[in-house]
Amino acid sequence: MKYMLLIHQGTTPTPNDPEAWGRLSGEEQKGIFQAYQALNETAGVTSGMQMEGPEAATTVQVKDGKTLTTDGPFVEMKEALGGYLFFEADDLDAAIELASRIPAASMGGAIEVRPLVEW
Amino acid sequence: MLAALIGFLGDFELAEEATQEAFAIAAARWPRDGTPEHPRAWLITTARNRAINRIRRDRTLAEKTRLLDAPEPNEDELEEMTFSDERLELIFTCCHPALSTEAQVALTLRTLGGLGTEEIARAFLVPAPTMAQRLVRAKRKIKAAGIPFRVPADHLLPDRLAAVLAVLYLIFNEGWSARNSLAEEALRLGRAIAELMPDEPEAHGLLALMLLHDSRRAARSRDGELVLLADQDRKLWNVAQIADGRAALERALALRGRGPYVVQAAIASLHAEDSCDWPQIVALYSELLSLTGSPVVELNRAIAVAEASGAAAGLELVDRVELDSFHYLHSTRAELLRRLDRTQEARQALERALELVHDDAERRLLQRRLAGLG
Repeated sequence: MKYMLLIHQGTTPTPNDPEAWGRLSGEEQKGIFQAYQALNETAGVTSGMQMEGPEAATTVQVKDGKTLTTDGPFVEMKEALGGYLFFEADDLDAAIELASRIPAASMGGAIEVRPLVEW
Repeated sequence: MLAALIGFLGDFELAEEATQEAFAIAAARWPRDGTPEHPRAWLITTARNRAINRIRRDRTLAEKTRLLDAPEPNEDELEEMTFSDERLELIFTCCHPALSTEAQVALTLRTLGGLGTEEIARAFLVPAPTMAQRLVRAKRKIKAAGIPFRVPADHLLPDRLAAVLAVLYLIFNEGWSARNSLAEEALRLGRAIAELMPDEPEAHGLLALMLLHDSRRAARSRDGELVLLADQDRKLWNVAQIADGRAALERALALRGRGPYVVQAAIASLHAEDSCDWPQIVALYSELLSLTGSPVVELNRAIAVAEASGAAAGLELVDRVELDSFHYLHSTRAELLRRLDRTQEARQALERALELVHDDAERRLLQRRLAGLG
């Protein structure tokens, strides 16, 4: 099975928000980087490209042939997608286990596990 | 049978269809040719062959005609065949936390309990098409999301077993009020789980709890009206079931079980004694409270304290419980106030309970008690 893990940062401090990020100790910051590194080195994981924060997002909709452009993500700022990775695993339990190791899952965010359609 | 097939095929819908086909073939063939010596093995093998055919048929249309007449199982080959019991794997799949609780309950009843979709729909008071839709969606999710068909690894087992037991207890409680078939089904599944996981104290604890509660079913209502525990005719209690429940509790305790179901079963066992050991019940509720932190448990503990140490001590604790929207809180307060001769306050508490109650039998019970205050 192939899964896409969508990382929603929620209230997780990230380097995109220097103020919140700065409130973490150096140890904590290091721990987060190490956790992501360990994830990316896990067998079956294909890491995603790094995204700028949702503050940099632009949302585009077309209504009656007219392109509407708005500032910010489609969903609420704190619900916005913060990152993603791919995981090839035997089953959902393995994917849930990997998801629980993503720092955002335990720091105020959530991970959505989506199976990919295989042809 | 379904469990064995799902285990083999890894596909709920395919397994169900193949099972139905096998039964249809049996219905046509057995009366004519006689019942095979190993009916279950015959059915499983037939269903399996049908399913394999279907898989192949879907893959290559060209082979369609040739494979349609794949042979039915040969009686001689069946003698040696055994099919592993895969009910345990199946229940862990059905109660996977990635499914909604409603879906877990429905799927467990459908695939392990063998209840029909309409029956489940009736039991949960939803229209049959809604229930059918719920089941279809759940089965699709199992397949699409890759929910595994196996007993979880040791480090996941405590949480996942708790989820399975919670589903069974939910089914039991749903059946407790009026729908007896559900309670029976929960008991049957509870027995199966305790048998399949003989080293898990909580599995025995839940079975004990359900048996001990169920043993009082006949005494619990008289002419459609609820009868409180203290007023029940003990001759109506099912003695054999109480003994079964206690035996299950003994096993759980021997396994050093001290989880929430074991403690609740211990309380239920004390309630089945001729004279209740209230101080002991208070101690067990304290233990349960530290395990669950539940305000409902806190309320039950307060009731036990009232029995052990008097209504005033109980009332003091009841007034600390934060469950204002729960009618039992107010009916309990009413009873304790009545015992303390604070009739006016007791009446107000009963009126508040009546505002909150939903069940008709419980409403009538409260009305009788209100009238009894004079």
